[in-house]
Amino acid sequence: MNGKLLEIKNLQVSFFTPVGEVKAVNGINYSLGYNEVMGIVGESGSGKSVEAYAIMGLLQSPGRVVGGQVLFAGEDILTYDSKKMTDLRGNKISMIFQNPMTSLNPVYTIGDQLVEALTCHDKNITKAEAKARAIEMIELVGINNAEKRFTQYPHEFSGGMRQRAMIAMALICNPKLLIADEPTTALDVTIQAQIIELMKDLQKKTDMSIVFITHNLGVVAEICDKVTVMYAGHVMEQGAVNDIFYNPQHPYTRGLLHSMPRLDSESQERMVPIDGTPVDLLDPPKGCSFGPRCEHCMKICLRNVPPLVEIGENGHVSACWLHVRQAAEQKEAK
Amino acid sequence: MEQKREKLLEIEKLRKYFPVKTGLMRKDYVQAVQDVTLHIYKGETLGIVGESGCGKTTLGRTILRLYEPTCGKIIYNGETIFDSEKKIAVNMLPYRRKIQLIFQDPSASLDPRMTVGEIVGEALDIHKLTPGRAERTARISKLLEDVGLNSEHANRFPHEFSGGQQQRIGIARALAVEPEFIVCDEPISALDVSIQSQVINMLEDLQKERGLTYLFIAHDLSVVRHISDRIGVMYLGCLVELAESYELCNKPIHPYTQTLLSAVPLPDPEKNKKRKRILLEGDIPSPLNPPSGCRFHTRCPYAMPICSEKEPEFKEYSPDHFAACHKLDLER
Repeated sequence: MNGKLLEIKNLQVSFFTPVGEVKAVNGINYSLGYNEVMGIVGESGSGKSVEAYAIMGLLQSPGRVVGGQVLFAGEDILTYDSKKMTDLRGNKISMIFQNPMTSLNPVYTIGDQLVEALTCHDKNITKAEAKARAIEMIELVGINNAEKRFTQYPHEFSGGMRQRAMIAMALICNPKLLIADEPTTALDVTIQAQIIELMKDLQKKTDMSIVFITHNLGVVAEICDKVTVMYAGHVMEQGAVNDIFYNPQHPYTRGLLHSMPRLDSESQERMVPIDGTPVDLLDPPKGCSFGPRCEHCMKICLRNVPPLVEIGENGHVSACWLHVRQAAEQKEAK
Repeated sequence: MEQKREKLLEIEKLRKYFPVKTGLMRKDYVQAVQDVTLHIYKGETLGIVGESGCGKTTLGRTILRLYEPTCGKIIYNGETIFDSEKKIAVNMLPYRRKIQLIFQDPSASLDPRMTVGEIVGEALDIHKLTPGRAERTARISKLLEDVGLNSEHANRFPHEFSGGQQQRIGIARALAVEPEFIVCDEPISALDVSIQSQVINMLEDLQKERGLTYLFIAHDLSVVRHISDRIGVMYLGCLVELAESYELCNKPIHPYTQTLLSAVPLPDPEKNKKRKRILLEGDIPSPLNPPSGCRFHTRCPYAMPICSEKEPEFKEYSPDHFAACHKLDLER
């Protein structure tokens, strides 16, 4: 299928705190086709989760969308009223969260919670049908003894199982889009590997698109087709997964990749850290938000915010004054 | 590598059980650390990796005797500081000057009502290391500068600092008494990726300058691989493999180490596609009632009948490469 499932245009989210406005997401753009996995990478405070909550319409006060559009299958869902949004949420767009324990209700059985997700969106379904479907989902996400598990409570599940149950719940209505907010961060590596395999497998089976939010570049390389690198509410670089990992252009992306120790490196050479400290969002720098930490920082970087410019094929874009100049020079040469 | 290396710390069959009430009159034990034997050479970094609940933090704290060992033997620099057979348990205060700890959560391990100067200075007072007031202040400023902070920071409170800076304060506190040996318990897992490498580089520099010895505990294999000379892998309280770090990452012999290594996602899309992955089934069993025999046998792809009957012995399979697995005995 061609076309775009999700298109985000200049999305801006602010938190109006007593000490001032915090611009958590500052005009980001991206689009996601059908059957694609987009990875959103960034450190804490980069606005990657806030952006996901904004898409889902789950922002809590004092957070508010202050501008931009979220087009889902061509319609701007930011203009939806709460009833329309409730219909959409969990039905067409689902979300899984970082900590499965806090997002499952401890006083209902897993089965009840799965059935609830189903009956909320399909009023005509019978109890028996819903149960059968729920058990089918439990089996699909790789939990053994589905019949017995159906009647158990979240505390009887281990961490990895709970995340599986969350995935089952998110996928029970066959959503077109799954937003996964750090789904493996709270898990151990061997369990993380299981969950990633499961998500890859389910994505192929169900043809859904995934927005995968994480700070772990390894996980991104594993599962994503496209990557968006965020820093302090801005998109720094965006492109196909191979372009980002083998041909990173933005100094921040390069810095991130270099500052990570690698398991497959041959020597224990010294790491090259990114100097400085993360941005204080209450008092962000005037120009490029990465400017004060950037080794290539120029005068203009501290004054003006760089625009996103195209630097390669397959939608490889970067927001850096270095590339703005290059792009302008190339144009002139032509 | 040098031929004769001095051992700074030796532990033998160290065991730590925690009692838990499982009923009105019943008591069970969480077998957090089960008969761990290892030694640490002077000036090296020994990394300990494992998943959550494998007992790596408990091991670190038991070595420091913050938790009293259930049984076993700890020898520090040739002096026995704990021996359950001979009933030796020495006063730890003099050793606290030599052994220090850096904690995982920097904000939780700093008293919010003390200034940074007080936090760092407290250790100096306890061990009566600075006679005069001026000297004490100078020493604190020096320590803060050593970890990349300013001397003016001494009058501020922990909440005024970012996570990375708080961890630096924690490190300054550990360095205050000029220790020889530092147990780093997940010192960087609470930090952002771009800050992690700053702290790792600093730990490496401090080690070089002061000849420190580290026991570096973490769950992130790539970080441990980077910083350690040798790595030990733990599973459910047991040390399953111990080897020089390049050897362990490239020629792991224990099935659990192999799985763990293959589970780490690499920041390299093409390599990930080519790599063969060993996926484990199920979850880690409860340490309250660990499996009999080899504790890994319930999830091991090579499990044999003997694995559930007999506990495998932890022995040296090639020079400096230790492991505990029945399969390796058969192959020999």
